[in-house]
Amino acid sequence: MRTEYEPVIGLEIHVQLSTRTKMFCGCELSFGDEPNTHTCAVCLGLPGALPVVNERAIHFGLMIGLAFGCDIAERSEFHRKNYFYPDLPKGYQISQYDQPLCRGGEVGDVRIHRVHLEEDAAKLNHLGESGRIHGSGRSWVDFNRGGTPLVEIVTEPDIRSPEHAREWLTLLRTTLRVLGVSDVNMAEGSLRCDANVSVRPVGSTELGTKTELKNLNSFRFLERGLRAEIRRQIDLLQAGEPVVQETLHYDPRSDRLTPLRSKEEAHDYRYFPEPDLVPVLATEEMIAAARAAIPELPADRAARFERELGLSAERARLLAFRSELGDYYERAVAADGEDPVGLANWIPQLVERIGPDANPAESSVAPESLATLAAMVAAKEVSRDAAREVLTLLVREGGDPRTIVEREGLGALSGEGDGLAEIVQRAIESDPAAAAQVRSGNRKALGPLVGYVMRETKGRADGGEVTRLILERLGPS
Amino acid sequence: MTELIDLTAAQAARGVQTGEIGAAELFEAYRRRAAGEELNAFLWVADSPAAGGSPADRPLGGVPLAVKDLFCTEGVPSQAGSRILEGYRPPYTATVVAKLTAAGAPLLGKTNQDEFAMGSSNENSGYGAVLNPWDRGRVPGGSSGGSAAAVAAGLAPWAIGTDTGGSIRQPAALCGIVGLKPTYGACSRYGMIAFASSLDQAGPLTRDVTDAALLFRHMVGHDPCDSTSVEFPGQVALPVAEDLRGIRLGVPEELTGDAGGVQSGVRESFEATLNLAEGLGASVEPCRLPHAPHALSAYYLIAPAEASANLARYDGVRYGLRVDGDADLITMYSRTRARGFGPEVKRRIMLGTYALSSGYYDAYYGTAQKVRTKISEDFRVAFEQFDFIATPTSPWTAFELGSKTDDPLAMYFNDFCTVPMSLAGIPAISIPSGLSEGLPVGFHLAGPAFSESRLLDVAYALERAIGFDGRVART
Amino acid sequence: MLDRAQVLHVARLARLELDDDEVQRMAAELSHVLDHIEKIRELDLDGVAPTSHVVDIVNRLRADEPMPCFPPEVALAAAPEPLRTAAGTGFGVPSPLADESP
Ligand SMILES: [Mg+2]
Ligand SMILES: [Zn+2]
Repeated sequence: MRTEYEPVIGLEIHVQLSTRTKMFCGCELSFGDEPNTHTCAVCLGLPGALPVVNERAIHFGLMIGLAFGCDIAERSEFHRKNYFYPDLPKGYQISQYDQPLCRGGEVGDVRIHRVHLEEDAAKLNHLGESGRIHGSGRSWVDFNRGGTPLVEIVTEPDIRSPEHAREWLTLLRTTLRVLGVSDVNMAEGSLRCDANVSVRPVGSTELGTKTELKNLNSFRFLERGLRAEIRRQIDLLQAGEPVVQETLHYDPRSDRLTPLRSKEEAHDYRYFPEPDLVPVLATEEMIAAARAAIPELPADRAARFERELGLSAERARLLAFRSELGDYYERAVAADGEDPVGLANWIPQLVERIGPDANPAESSVAPESLATLAAMVAAKEVSRDAAREVLTLLVREGGDPRTIVEREGLGALSGEGDGLAEIVQRAIESDPAAAAQVRSGNRKALGPLVGYVMRETKGRADGGEVTRLILERLGPS
Repeated sequence: MTELIDLTAAQAARGVQTGEIGAAELFEAYRRRAAGEELNAFLWVADSPAAGGSPADRPLGGVPLAVKDLFCTEGVPSQAGSRILEGYRPPYTATVVAKLTAAGAPLLGKTNQDEFAMGSSNENSGYGAVLNPWDRGRVPGGSSGGSAAAVAAGLAPWAIGTDTGGSIRQPAALCGIVGLKPTYGACSRYGMIAFASSLDQAGPLTRDVTDAALLFRHMVGHDPCDSTSVEFPGQVALPVAEDLRGIRLGVPEELTGDAGGVQSGVRESFEATLNLAEGLGASVEPCRLPHAPHALSAYYLIAPAEASANLARYDGVRYGLRVDGDADLITMYSRTRARGFGPEVKRRIMLGTYALSSGYYDAYYGTAQKVRTKISEDFRVAFEQFDFIATPTSPWTAFELGSKTDDPLAMYFNDFCTVPMSLAGIPAISIPSGLSEGLPVGFHLAGPAFSESRLLDVAYALERAIGFDGRVART
Repeated sequence: MLDRAQVLHVARLARLELDDDEVQRMAAELSHVLDHIEKIRELDLDGVAPTSHVVDIVNRLRADEPMPCFPPEVALAAAPEPLRTAAGTGFGVPSPLADESP
């Protein structure tokens, strides 16, 4: 019998904070500016220069920690992490080690191990083959990015599938965006993701040998990289070979994972307390200020949607975990809050029409219009099918749904005065066999009759109303 | 011109302020001496004082200042005595230098030093050894040897240096001048090329205690660019003490006994000075610093560890020397650093890297940090009973060039008496207490954190009683 | 005591190329120094907190206000290999090999 395996995944996420200046100097953060125009003695690592901690970076770190429900360290320290690389001007990265700013906490269904602050490396560019590290060529360093404040968020290994990883990272990203502490743009590198992956037989509680996956820097790569690595590990185990602990670099172009270094050669970072900086003590005031700056978070919003608006858990998460959807939905509810559950069903319809990544607030459908349309459906003024058509028109041209319904003659047929009764009668006459079956109590035979009416009315009739009319005529009296 | 050279810096400043001396004339007198010197004390000498306000209106009165090569000075070579920074002219100036220039002490030149301040003899300079003006066959001490020799020889009225484990006090002692290592944090380290960040402090090297107080007064203060700097409590007082009545001096057996290998001439001078102190009304009694003998060991783990990180930035990428730029990256790094650093710097980088490396951190660096705690506690306890602690500055007088270069450990014992105060971050001063076989001996006094004003006062009273004459070195 | 292999390992960590003579000398000198300083390991330091800062200060924080930066020609003034590219000027280095990445 083949053993079934399950993956165990933990993520390590580096997020650039959207402060104005760098972590340890007054250089303004830059995006796409001319290389080496945002540097000073500190971030170039000139002899004699000293770092000074950016107050807002600490503030953002505390906001993140409080939002995740972490324990905030009473006293946290910076360490030096020593290694040589051209993008690291001092030969060490100032980072937090055994006294991080925050420990514990959770985001959604994943526990957080720790959250700490550090400085970003500079950008190393390669001449020749675009972006590839190769042998004897030249590379060049742009120190504009060097020293940008980062938070590193490390999760517990609570993630059980690539899909789960993707969904959770969406939640994390929304949470950070709602907090206003980062642009969290994976394409621009302000959110970067590494993963620790192992597999184990289902039911086992022991952890298998893990590998570290680097460069999973888009939602797609995260899912694909994880899937490839899980597959690779399971194949190894099934072939009776061991998984080797190593670091793998995901190359999205080949969809392959290549080892960066084996464990024996792992860097010895020689951490020690940064003597140029003094400890950070999170005072009551600092914590209060961070707490006051935290708006409602996606997980809380989802809970509120469930509790107060009666949405299903799944629907509530769908809307709350993408804040632009949640915001749009709330504006629509504010316009007409009669049936929030019904209204919520229309958001995926809208998303389907404007594209999965578009912001509905930027579409031509005003939230008030969507609310009106949903209300018209609820009041049976327009059938569900017709409303879908109206929505398509709204996306295309904007405007008021009532006007469109009238203009296009898409108002619901009600059975009185607008000819629906006649069409029902024609349906019964056109399919006597089905009519006979319905008459004898077989409701399944309603289908073709209702279908006939819908076809004839181009979907403007309300399905329930049509059924009622048919049964009125054929039902046992 | 002899008259100008014989004035202390404070006297010269007064002369400029009262109009008796022209600042330009004063600068030129020293510039000529510095430019024509034969001790290898200067690595660079200014042509003229940098333009600024009228020196007569400023507290330091236009008295030119010699600055250790370790301090960054904008547009002026700042090489930390190392070949890896040969010709490097930084785009900014160290806070302490900027403060002193603003207070009216124009930059006279940059002084030679042990490479990256690692050494006690100045023989580790990438630009050649400095000679002791008392005996040119001997070392001036280090690492601020160029500054000490320059002041002793009258090539500069005063100078600043840096002290990590004794690098101001020991050369001051060996050159017969005054050297003050301030409380850690009293002076900004911004722009001071780092050796060991938790220990490095800037301080004055001067002809007498009054000059030291005057210069130090304008060096102190919190600097927003140095997170470890603090506001000095009040203004540094100029010394006035006539006697030492009520002052309790403690003499730690651990640093004055046989362990440090104190020379007999040094011991005699030390004891004579203690007698003078008693004569001035001080009480002198033995005290205990039980962990002080271990300070040297802790120091030679902590300082190299920090240095190994501080010197990682010299990699041939952004400034300084590069060797074999066509080779692969690791080779370029390793050859650049192999060529750029001298043997002592390499030794300490190796020692520090080892002390921090995986599996050894707790045994070495971690243990040293705990010893540091015990040493601070020892001083705290001692200062409950004593106002100041007295030891010789160096166990020896100036030794012959080349006599200790083959035995790094023996060389490290130069710092035996000065390192405990460095680890505890407390202020200490060395003043000349006399001669032994024609060579100066230093008397070392340490006080609690931020006790500099009182420390200078006590040193001043002793200085007057000792009546040391340093003129020989200026001829 | 440090043996040859350890010296080479540490030298690689420190990015210092040592010739054979230096390796030998370094092993002897460092061992000699370590023999002496290792004695602190015999001290009873149970429960003693390590000191990394002698001055008891905390929370030295800087307001998040921009300060002037260097013009690029100042930043690159001392660069051993200023590299002009279409995007601008950078600090040129030999390209790292894949297994040198941190
Ligand atoms: Mg990190
Ligand atoms: Zn900067």
